[in-house]
Amino acid sequence: MSVAETSDDLRARQDTRPQAAAPLLDVDDLHTQFSTARGIVRAVEGVSFTVDRGEVVAIVGESGSGKSVTALSIMRLLPRLTGKIPKGRIMFDGRSLLDLDDEQMRQIRGRDISMIFQEPMTSLNPILTIGLQIKEPLQIHLGMTDSEAQARSIELLQLVGITDPERRLDQYPHQFSGGMRQRVMIAIGLACNPKLIIADEPTTALDVTIQAQILELMKDLSRRLDIALVIITHNLGVVARYADRVIVMYAARVAEQGPADAVFHRPRHPYSMGLLRSVPRLDRPRGGKLETIEGLPPNLADASTACRFAPRCPFRVAVCDREPPLFRTDTGSLSRCHRHEEIAAGKITWSSDGGAGLNFAANTTVPVLSVRHLTKSFATSGGLRRAGGTVRAVQDVSFDIYPGETLGLVGESGCGKTTVGRLILRLEEPTAGEIHFEGVNLSTASPAELKAMRRKVQVIFQDPYSSLNPRMTVGQIIGEPLHVYKIVDGRDQVETRVAELLENVGLRPEMAERYPHQLSGGQRQRVGIARALAMEPSFIVCDEAVSALDVSIQGQIINLLEELQRKFGLAFLFIAHDLAVVRHISARVVVMYFGRIMEVADRDVIYGGSLHPYTKVLLDAAPVPDPTIERQREPRLIKGELPSHLAPPTGCVFSTRCPQVSQECREIVPPLEEKRPGHFAACIKV
Amino acid sequence: MTFVSPSLPAAKPRQPNVYVDFCRQQPLGAVSFVIIVLMMFAGIFSPLVAPYDPLEIDFASLLAAPSADHWCGTDAYGRDICSRLIYGSRTALVIGFTSSFVGSTLGAILGIASAYFGGRIDDWIQRFVDILLAFPLIVLALVVVAAFRKFTVGGVDVNLIVAIAIPILPRVARVVRSAALSVRVMPYVDAARAVGYSHTRIIFRHMAPNVVAPYLIMLTAFIAQAILAEASLSFLGLGVTEPTAAWGLMLSGNAADFYRQAPWMILFPGIAISLAVFAFNLFGDSLRDFLDPRFKV
Repeated sequence: MSVAETSDDLRARQDTRPQAAAPLLDVDDLHTQFSTARGIVRAVEGVSFTVDRGEVVAIVGESGSGKSVTALSIMRLLPRLTGKIPKGRIMFDGRSLLDLDDEQMRQIRGRDISMIFQEPMTSLNPILTIGLQIKEPLQIHLGMTDSEAQARSIELLQLVGITDPERRLDQYPHQFSGGMRQRVMIAIGLACNPKLIIADEPTTALDVTIQAQILELMKDLSRRLDIALVIITHNLGVVARYADRVIVMYAARVAEQGPADAVFHRPRHPYSMGLLRSVPRLDRPRGGKLETIEGLPPNLADASTACRFAPRCPFRVAVCDREPPLFRTDTGSLSRCHRHEEIAAGKITWSSDGGAGLNFAANTTVPVLSVRHLTKSFATSGGLRRAGGTVRAVQDVSFDIYPGETLGLVGESGCGKTTVGRLILRLEEPTAGEIHFEGVNLSTASPAELKAMRRKVQVIFQDPYSSLNPRMTVGQIIGEPLHVYKIVDGRDQVETRVAELLENVGLRPEMAERYPHQLSGGQRQRVGIARALAMEPSFIVCDEAVSALDVSIQGQIINLLEELQRKFGLAFLFIAHDLAVVRHISARVVVMYFGRIMEVADRDVIYGGSLHPYTKVLLDAAPVPDPTIERQREPRLIKGELPSHLAPPTGCVFSTRCPQVSQECREIVPPLEEKRPGHFAACIKV
Repeated sequence: MTFVSPSLPAAKPRQPNVYVDFCRQQPLGAVSFVIIVLMMFAGIFSPLVAPYDPLEIDFASLLAAPSADHWCGTDAYGRDICSRLIYGSRTALVIGFTSSFVGSTLGAILGIASAYFGGRIDDWIQRFVDILLAFPLIVLALVVVAAFRKFTVGGVDVNLIVAIAIPILPRVARVVRSAALSVRVMPYVDAARAVGYSHTRIIFRHMAPNVVAPYLIMLTAFIAQAILAEASLSFLGLGVTEPTAAWGLMLSGNAADFYRQAPWMILFPGIAISLAVFAFNLFGDSLRDFLDPRFKV
């Protein structure tokens, strides 16, 4: 008996109401507000959309655009005391959700509508077995007996592609990897055969190869089981791969909504146009400067009657002082822009700066940083009886970075890329290998030489929220190294220099008075960059420096980094997991997997003609923001997950997942060889 | 520059006044601060404030109820309780506050250092803390008082302060260490290390301000414990001894025997201790919020 049949049976049993022709979910003029200490925040204003049975709808937007709040409003999971829905109507399957009492709503949640959250690490209860957590909704909502629920749980785990389900039911969440946990979450979401699944950033926390697996699984399940999906995401590539229809939200309102093809290929709102242009893309030739949407989203506590996007819109005219309604455009989409007809007529296009922004190595043969056979192992403490093992986080890594060059370092989580950065910064001591900075071997350097090196090597961290000391003002944060290293003398001098540095990163000098929590994410990242620049470095490690930022802000920061690089002749080690971003910014790219370098080559070679199977798989898994390409693409999915560091594979580390694996691969550790001039790969098959 | 991100409007220049800001943002804190100042005033200028000599025995009015002459009544020896409370605030402040401050501060530094350095240093510090934690507060204080010679500076029993500070130290160290461990892995600490700042600078400038919340809470909470510990030691004859005026001493001893005839004998010292503890706790709380830039609008 196939799973799909069972599901149909189940649904037929549950669903006694007549099937209406009306859409499954009909959200009409939804308004959601939060009362906060600083007044009423209108998080969602006048959002209307419908979802048909079996349809996949994506809600895209930056943080604070109201996309998650829309989902929570549908589930009625808003904070009881502060959140309320003053206006609007949500019809689900013929019932008005806003008019149900709590008990009726509780029966709908998890049974007819289920929700999948972003963070698979924290959305499962760590002290209950997986089995218990899957069986719970079955027993509560469907009144199954324990053995029925057990049978259904096994079926569900098989459905989401977890092998050996009987055994895994008795395991705890920590025994599952991140991708496996997200599969379990999906299994729980599917448990009662819901009609609608709302997935809030379901793959954001996952690696790109795992993301591809999960996306494929969800798409497949929604088709097979005829479940409508609402996906909330900021990743345009994910939207293109998935969605039938797209809703682009900006500042609590719908900016544009329509079929995915229309919105992606013929956007009719300046914000969606800008959003699509501001992401570095794998499917287009690498241009010069990224085109960005300048400025910041508005504060939702301020009431406004103008177009919400007008302050950032390059095409704003007088009429934009009035809030535009949702116009129906020529492509069949709805756009909240007065000038949508001019956009359709091609009269308005984003201007392209083009040209600039190339960052190839200056003509020099002396590398600024040279890493040779770098190895780092961490000791793990075992239990009482087990002996502790060692985890080899980084093994035999060698590369050079030349002055003024950007070297991209890509890989999935746990591949050791961050450890490489920390070793170079001397935040960790290497177990073996050498790091030469400007000709000085750091492991034999004198304290004075090390101190001089500290000035020259700086870092920009991923998380703009935790990388600034919350107790210090921006001025103190940037000014501290100036004091300590006596780079400039005297209070006034320091203040002048801080103002100068702030201007360099595109902030106003008055910002020096502020504390980090008073700044937005992008502004904080700029402060982090200014702090690094204060030391007048020649080399900066950018550890996922733009990963935590919103798409439009990310473009601004990438442009800033490139501009600073040209201005000050900086060399960057750009560590990231986003292949498109790395391609945009780097001259050469190093691909790491499981602590080892897989491939090193010039950017265009890596993205155009990679040799190593892992690089191919990685590039293949990354979604691009173009629905036509995504639909044509044959999913060549990588199987399995990262091996355990406690039981590393013998031979080639990629042999456990490689599509071209042979017996030889499991025996020989492939050396990193120059296969073509300047193109290194560690694979015996090429 | 081609890309100036639009920032919020420029902050108005203003002369910041810490005291006015504190009173406006933390009205409860201001009230508690007034109570603490009053206590300090009473402690420092006791002879001027107190209506009677705290040691003066008046057999004419033994166990007198509160009246216009004796606001808080008299005790079993006819001594004026109000005056004794005023003189007692000296002892309470000096012993209670000083010992808690010394113990908590040393404990906090030890805790941060333990978390920052980690490894073997952490192990050694924590095992030392374990040993100290193995003894109840009062027993450890007893041992220290008994082990060292009585040593006074300006009439203040330093021995007693040290004896009460030592048991406080490991308790604060343990709590502050756990807070510091989470601060230790914050990227801003890594950033400070990457710049090559000295250990002292990182500990005091980057880590300490971020563990100030548990420190202040422990500090103010232990003031109360210290006052009570002082009372217990005094009762055992190892701390402040009769006839010195001390709040703890006034609560213990023969005061308990007279609670039916003369409830004011324990009522007023009790109120004094509660008020002091309340004021310090509240003040610590407000100070913590006030010092945290994130609570500011």
